[in-house]
Amino acid sequence: MILVYLIAVLLTGAFLAWIAGIWNTVWSRIISIVALSIDLIQIIILALKPVSPASSWIIDFKLDWIPEFGIGLHLALDGLSLLMLILTFFLGIIAVLISWKEINSKVGFFHFNLLLIMAGIIGVFLSLDLFLFYFFWELMLVPMYFLIGIWGHENRTAASNKFFLYTQASGLLMFIAIIALYFVHGHSTGSYTFDYLQLLGTKMSASTGLLIMSGFLAAFLVKLPVVPLHNWLPDAHTEAPTAGSLILAALLLKTGAYGLLRFIVPLFPAASLTFAPIGMLLGVVGILYGAKLSFAQTDFKRLVAYTSVSHMGFVILGVFSFNEIAYQGVIVQMISHGISTGALFILVGQLYERIHTRDLNRMGGLWEEAPFMGAMGLVFSMASLGLPGLGNFIAELLILVGVFKASVLMSCLACLGLIAATIYSLRIVQKVFLGKKNGIWEINDLNVREKTVLAALCIVIVGLGLFPKPVFDIAKPALIKTLDIKEKTIHVEGISKNETGEKSIHFYQISK
Amino acid sequence: MATYTALIPAIPLLGFLVLALFGPKLSRRAIGNIGVSSIGIVALLTIITGIEFIKSLPGVKSYSVVVWEWINAGNLKANISFSLDALSLVFCFVITFVGFLIHVYSVGFMAKDEGFSRFFAYMNLFVGSMLILVLADNILLMYLGWEGVGLCSYLLIGFWYKVPENGYAARKAFIITRIGDTAMIIGIFILFLSFGTFNIEGIMQQASEKWISGSSIAVLTAALLLGGALGKSAQLPLQTWLPDAMAGPSPVSALIHAATMVTAGVYLIARTHVLFNLAPVVQAAIAIIGALTLLIAGFSALAQHDLKRILAYSTISQIGYMFLALGVGAWSAAVFHFMIHAFFKALLFLAAGVVILVLNEEHDIFRMGGLRKKMPVIFWTFLIGSASLSALPLVTAGFYSKEEILWFSISAEKGGTLLWIAGIIGAFLTALYSFRMIFIAFFGEARTQPSFLPGIRMTIPLIILAALSVFGGFIELPESFGNFHLFSNLVDNTLPETITRETGYSEILFQSLSALIALTGIYLAYVIYLKKPAISESFYNSRLNKFFEKGWAFDRLYDFLFVKPAVWLSEIDKDDIFDWLNIGISRLAILSNRLLSLTQNGKLRWYLLSFTIGIALILTYMILK
Amino acid sequence: MLTVPVEIQILFAGILFLLGLIGLLVRRNMIFMLMSIEVMFNSAGLVFIIAGNHWKQPDGQVMFIFILAVTAVEVAIGLALLLQVYHHYKTLDADSINKLKDYH
Repeated sequence: MILVYLIAVLLTGAFLAWIAGIWNTVWSRIISIVALSIDLIQIIILALKPVSPASSWIIDFKLDWIPEFGIGLHLALDGLSLLMLILTFFLGIIAVLISWKEINSKVGFFHFNLLLIMAGIIGVFLSLDLFLFYFFWELMLVPMYFLIGIWGHENRTAASNKFFLYTQASGLLMFIAIIALYFVHGHSTGSYTFDYLQLLGTKMSASTGLLIMSGFLAAFLVKLPVVPLHNWLPDAHTEAPTAGSLILAALLLKTGAYGLLRFIVPLFPAASLTFAPIGMLLGVVGILYGAKLSFAQTDFKRLVAYTSVSHMGFVILGVFSFNEIAYQGVIVQMISHGISTGALFILVGQLYERIHTRDLNRMGGLWEEAPFMGAMGLVFSMASLGLPGLGNFIAELLILVGVFKASVLMSCLACLGLIAATIYSLRIVQKVFLGKKNGIWEINDLNVREKTVLAALCIVIVGLGLFPKPVFDIAKPALIKTLDIKEKTIHVEGISKNETGEKSIHFYQISK
Repeated sequence: MATYTALIPAIPLLGFLVLALFGPKLSRRAIGNIGVSSIGIVALLTIITGIEFIKSLPGVKSYSVVVWEWINAGNLKANISFSLDALSLVFCFVITFVGFLIHVYSVGFMAKDEGFSRFFAYMNLFVGSMLILVLADNILLMYLGWEGVGLCSYLLIGFWYKVPENGYAARKAFIITRIGDTAMIIGIFILFLSFGTFNIEGIMQQASEKWISGSSIAVLTAALLLGGALGKSAQLPLQTWLPDAMAGPSPVSALIHAATMVTAGVYLIARTHVLFNLAPVVQAAIAIIGALTLLIAGFSALAQHDLKRILAYSTISQIGYMFLALGVGAWSAAVFHFMIHAFFKALLFLAAGVVILVLNEEHDIFRMGGLRKKMPVIFWTFLIGSASLSALPLVTAGFYSKEEILWFSISAEKGGTLLWIAGIIGAFLTALYSFRMIFIAFFGEARTQPSFLPGIRMTIPLIILAALSVFGGFIELPESFGNFHLFSNLVDNTLPETITRETGYSEILFQSLSALIALTGIYLAYVIYLKKPAISESFYNSRLNKFFEKGWAFDRLYDFLFVKPAVWLSEIDKDDIFDWLNIGISRLAILSNRLLSLTQNGKLRWYLLSFTIGIALILTYMILK
Repeated sequence: MLTVPVEIQILFAGILFLLGLIGLLVRRNMIFMLMSIEVMFNSAGLVFIIAGNHWKQPDGQVMFIFILAVTAVEVAIGLALLLQVYHHYKTLDADSINKLKDYH
């Protein structure tokens, strides 16, 4: 029941905030923070409960919704979703905090949309019924469209349209795939259901599996985003208001990664194995291409947006290598990328509030006037390039080691991404904070609210880098379950174990 | 005692935190005190722990302590754990003691700088990271320290950030070392996936058991780790960042780019010597790279006119000697030279810093001169440093350390005559360019007047380092002079002894040869730079000299091969060709709209006609069905 | 008496309908378009008469009277609209009244 409460609190908060906004905008903001904090505290309490070894699901809640079609209200929490929920609530609060001074018109409606997006995201992370999952998937879209379209920057209409159409189209492909899966399962077992746990292990022919998986993949690859379906991201991120960019980069992209882990690998073990080489290649291409584009940008926000493409390339690379080390890396990457890129977007937003431009050629030498901002920019740029001691290093290390097990070539190519990341991250620091001043700005350093936000993010990213153990412990049962399902199913269908991605390095075995 | 090992890296990091968070609010004195005393405490701690450690030899080979469990994902486990053995003890001593002296010096040097607290914060972070590097128990934690020092190097090279060129020099350093680091991390992956652990002891043991000498995997892994070492230690082909790194303040150049960070490569190779023993090809490559680098850098140093750039190329050259030693298996000789080099090179950089500061940021040696009389203390310490660098026979520590390397380059089992010849030519060049520096900058007439004399905070460290540059060598005397092997006895607890072969020559022959070469170099420097400067001046405008001055045109080569193509590649697709997918779709939609809207032409008869045709078609279809 | 086969009768009505249709499509003057519509109505009425005659029932004739009534009304309104159009556009050319077109 608590899972339903989590979503209900957000929805209630959304409506209350909208109404409160009519009288006093501050109340909107406070209500939003209260709603998110209630949820954050709830989820942390849940996290501290010891997990029963019997099932990897911490909480499992099911209600019948439309039994004739096999649709149920099935929400469940396991380690993976728990971590994602903590991230969501934490960053949600931060999103409200940073839009305190930035959003001044239609504030109530803004917070309504914000909390609605949050509710959609929570729903995506929690639903185990495919129909319900799709419902929440689409729920994330429309408020985001409004967020970008109403409170965004100059080209907001085009960007929001692009974002909406892209994501909607891919979502529809996923819907077709869901219905196809529903029918395939129904034909083979006689029970027509949308329930995830019952759909696991559906027997389907190789080509059917590939087709249905492609439908799901369409949605997740667009969301992740993966080259060549990534073009909505730079525009959406650049034109969105800061809170919108934060939620987009930190949370929405993770729903794509979550989908890969939760749906693609367990539901289609054989098909995902077939797709794996392409998936890893797309990951590497994303890493390198995203980095290349990032370096060339002159719009600060667009630069950071392309770094998102690059970092998420690591995610799809890790997911298709099918081993536990890489999966732990993927989860840490989801969290640390959310924090570090989110922080960079916050910095851009704070800078924009002061100098009203995002053009890098007009910045420079800002460390002198805003040393705290500069220091934070340095920290998060270092996180972006994967400096050890910060969360992103752990993530990238684990993914690269895991991928190395599966494909040496892909891992080495991805390592080139480390060099590329250095190049663009240092460019950020140099162009914005160091060097000569290119514009005559007189800016204030960060105020208490802004400092608290960035300091909190800084502490989290350093904590992740030095004490990642809690994350690993929470995520472990869920990941083992994912890999287990995959291995069991493939074993049953007669594919030999050696093909489960363990194409290990042979050259040293031969020369031994 | 072992637990104190964990304190050694922790204290400077604590100092960093305090200075980073509260720096702007503290007074200059407080900042200086915190910054210097944190290193001072660590130096003291190192000495105490070191004495305890030496007393417990040879029973206890190392102190180990696990601080906390860092990563535990699947079967990838790594802890934050430190271990102190003879090798790391030597490095710790140098880092903390020389670091302490440099910090004291910096209080005076940076006294008028507005980034005072930022400087000491970064320096403390650097010392902390470097200590993590040398004390790390597992290679992953060492990599953390490795990257940490890279970060601090970046921050400190670009310390005076208002000048864009400093930022570019810092970026260049970071990116080039990152290339090496990427090679290294791939090597670390292979090690982990082969042996299931990151623990260095464990890796070394398993490697010697499981890997065959000369096998391709051993060679590959060793080569990758070598890549990392080459980047950090600025050896061929990744040496181009170090001369530009002189953009940072002189204490930074002294600490990071002379004494400690650039020797991290030496530490890495020494630490993982088992791997290099298993890959003789790579080890030979180390020796060859060392020999080539020391020659190239030596020639380049001869052509520089910026005081710090001479010293930078000199550093590259001297590290080349260390690599040469490592390549022939003279492990303790390499570490010995590292220690002595730290002393005299830090001294030279600090003294150079004083000179530059006092002459109002004058870097060009041809605009100096006559400083012998104006700043006698600086002159004498600089002279001692240069003498040690040139390996002036018998009286300087540099003689003993360089001698050992030269001797082993020919007498070690893996050595060779060519290597020795390279070394001896390098020694000649070293004497030549060092005394070129002295004669041009300190003798002759003063072209720039010193504006003030340095204070005691800047002079005392110089004197201490000068003393060490002279007396530091006496702990390791070769057979000819006393056969006193205090240093190598200590280090041989961790590193293997150097294997030598019978060459038929006596050591004293070679020692005399190198002594002779050094003295010849000094005399030649005297002749062509002081007595008859016309000889050298005629050479300055030649193409060869310009080639040497540009560091053998490596910058131009890399610019052509890598930088320009990368920038071009990133510029051509700036707007992302994949966007054409979207633009295509939207153009298609608009086009079809235009096409279809032609049917809405408002003409009544057209509509009627289309009804008629439609009805006709439907009727036909129904009839035919 | 000459009995004409039903098919010919209906064919005759069909030809009348087609003539009306062609007239509707071809003529540009709206009054003539209305007249053509009249012809089409009458042909439809003729079909009803033919059917009534064929099935020997009076319903056909009843329908014809209906059609006459509807036609009358339609002509009245049509001519009224035509008058308005003429007032506004000063022409009765159907092709020139194309303000509802979609492109520019």
